[in-house]
Amino acid sequence: MTATSQQAPAGAPEEIKAVPVRHPGRWVGVAVLAVLVAMLVNGVVNNKAYRWDTVGKYVFDQRLSAAALVTLELTVLAMFFGVVLGVILAIMRLSPNPILSSAAWIYLWIFRGTPVYTQLVFWGLISVLYPRLGLGIPFGPEFVSFQTQNVITFFVAAVIGLALNESAYMAEIVRAGITSVDTGQHEAAAALGMNRNHIMRRIVLPQAMRVIIPPTGNELISMLKTTSLVVAVPLTSELYSKSREIALSLFQPVPLLICAAIWYLAVTSILMVGQYYLERYYARGSSRALPPTPLEKLRMRLRGLRPPPGRDPGAPPISVQRGGGLGI
Amino acid sequence: MSDPMVLAEGVHKRFGRLEVLKGINLRVERGAVMCVIGPSGSGKSTFLRCINHLEQINAGRLYVDGQLVGYRQRGDKLHELREAEIAKQRIDVGMVFQHFNLFPHMTVLGNLLEAPLKVRREPKKAATERARDLLDRVGLADKAGAYPRQLSGGQQQRVAIARALAMRPKLMLFDEPTSALDPELVGEVLDVMRGLAETGMTMVVVTHEMGFAREVGDELVFMDAGVVVEAGHPRDVLANPQQERTRSFLSKVL
Repeated sequence: MTATSQQAPAGAPEEIKAVPVRHPGRWVGVAVLAVLVAMLVNGVVNNKAYRWDTVGKYVFDQRLSAAALVTLELTVLAMFFGVVLGVILAIMRLSPNPILSSAAWIYLWIFRGTPVYTQLVFWGLISVLYPRLGLGIPFGPEFVSFQTQNVITFFVAAVIGLALNESAYMAEIVRAGITSVDTGQHEAAAALGMNRNHIMRRIVLPQAMRVIIPPTGNELISMLKTTSLVVAVPLTSELYSKSREIALSLFQPVPLLICAAIWYLAVTSILMVGQYYLERYYARGSSRALPPTPLEKLRMRLRGLRPPPGRDPGAPPISVQRGGGLGI
Repeated sequence: MSDPMVLAEGVHKRFGRLEVLKGINLRVERGAVMCVIGPSGSGKSTFLRCINHLEQINAGRLYVDGQLVGYRQRGDKLHELREAEIAKQRIDVGMVFQHFNLFPHMTVLGNLLEAPLKVRREPKKAATERARDLLDRVGLADKAGAYPRQLSGGQQQRVAIARALAMRPKLMLFDEPTSALDPELVGEVLDVMRGLAETGMTMVVVTHEMGFAREVGDELVFMDAGVVVEAGHPRDVLANPQQERTRSFLSKVL
């Protein structure tokens, strides 16, 4: 017992009521910003050249929404195959087998080292290079064969081109995630008799996901916009090409560009919501308590149950959110 | 007399040009508790890791339960075991690490069930029952649904012990199990280990806890610079060390 603790008063200590620090600079900043924003909005809205009437007329045009769907399909398919192939490539690169790791390295070298536009042109020309595709014994008889252009349509060529390019980038993201997992996890799992496959699938990859998802979200959104390059294949049914096509027929490029931009933003927003929940799912166990979803936050506000900072009502100890990366 | 649980004959281990183990000869009898002490860098953890083949030895022979670890002998040639065979050998050897190494993305119960369900392919109901029993034994029955990071260090290490026991090992290895813990949490982990020793489990414990070694250990081994300097009954070694090196080490830690 020290002297000071014996002097502690019996009742509750008096709450401090200090005058908070003033931030006049912030108010000045807000005022300056407000003026600038007002000028910008005024300039955009009242500028006739933007043709807002045309934007309003075409933004929900059936041709554009169909094109947005094609863009979304391209994005999802290319991303799906890109991620799957990327995981395989990352595991190959980390493999102790020198043949697998150098094969993966060469793949990355080629597909990251050449422009995606070039690759898309190449996939568009594949039926010129290989008019027929066949299944059979190498250098032996062929069982079935197809006309290449019937199998690899421009859409398929676009998906292949985007996915192969993406897989090279995803491979590095996945590799970063895998190497970020503590080696003690491998050892503990190995000591329990798990084989390499099991350790990767059940122990390492789920933990790597927390590192993998944020940059993958970047890649997904970047992919959404990269799909505008598939005109190189040439595939012209996606959002950008379609908006150009309509714009050319109207001789009004700007309003249709705005329409396309609105669609891109809308799809991106949906994808970002998905990313938020995915990150939240893989944050399981990494922080003491999961951060509330926006919906939960809203409900708490409505019920007036705003939790005091850093502490859940009724829940055991403090919820320290460690490096959640949940910043949307 | 039956085979010892662990038998090391002239075990050498090199990392590059650094020789960490320079001929270790040891035997751990069934049901015995061997404590290994020594300064850091003496090779005691490396030796422990060799026992379940987390490290591959460079020379000598190492047997667990009469089986060569990591190799198969045909005539006078050694053949490396396949990955699946090594994994199978490890099933019988439980290991507890200094930093617990629990799987942070799984609940406590998930940590205990992963290997029994997926490696031993036990039926889910029986495995769950056993996992809950084990949690009860280490005093954490109420933490089955918690995630490891919600637990204190001592609780995590007790879960790690239960996780290793869930595979019904014949031998338990402890690699400085209390070194990462706050002093007041050390006792709860040592209590669990003491209880485990009383059930007749064979244990090899690398530790700095001399009190535990004296009370629970059947044999105490002092290692330094990759060799066994002195071995004997803990009371004898601690009270009356024969080697100068042992004396000077003990005078610093006791």
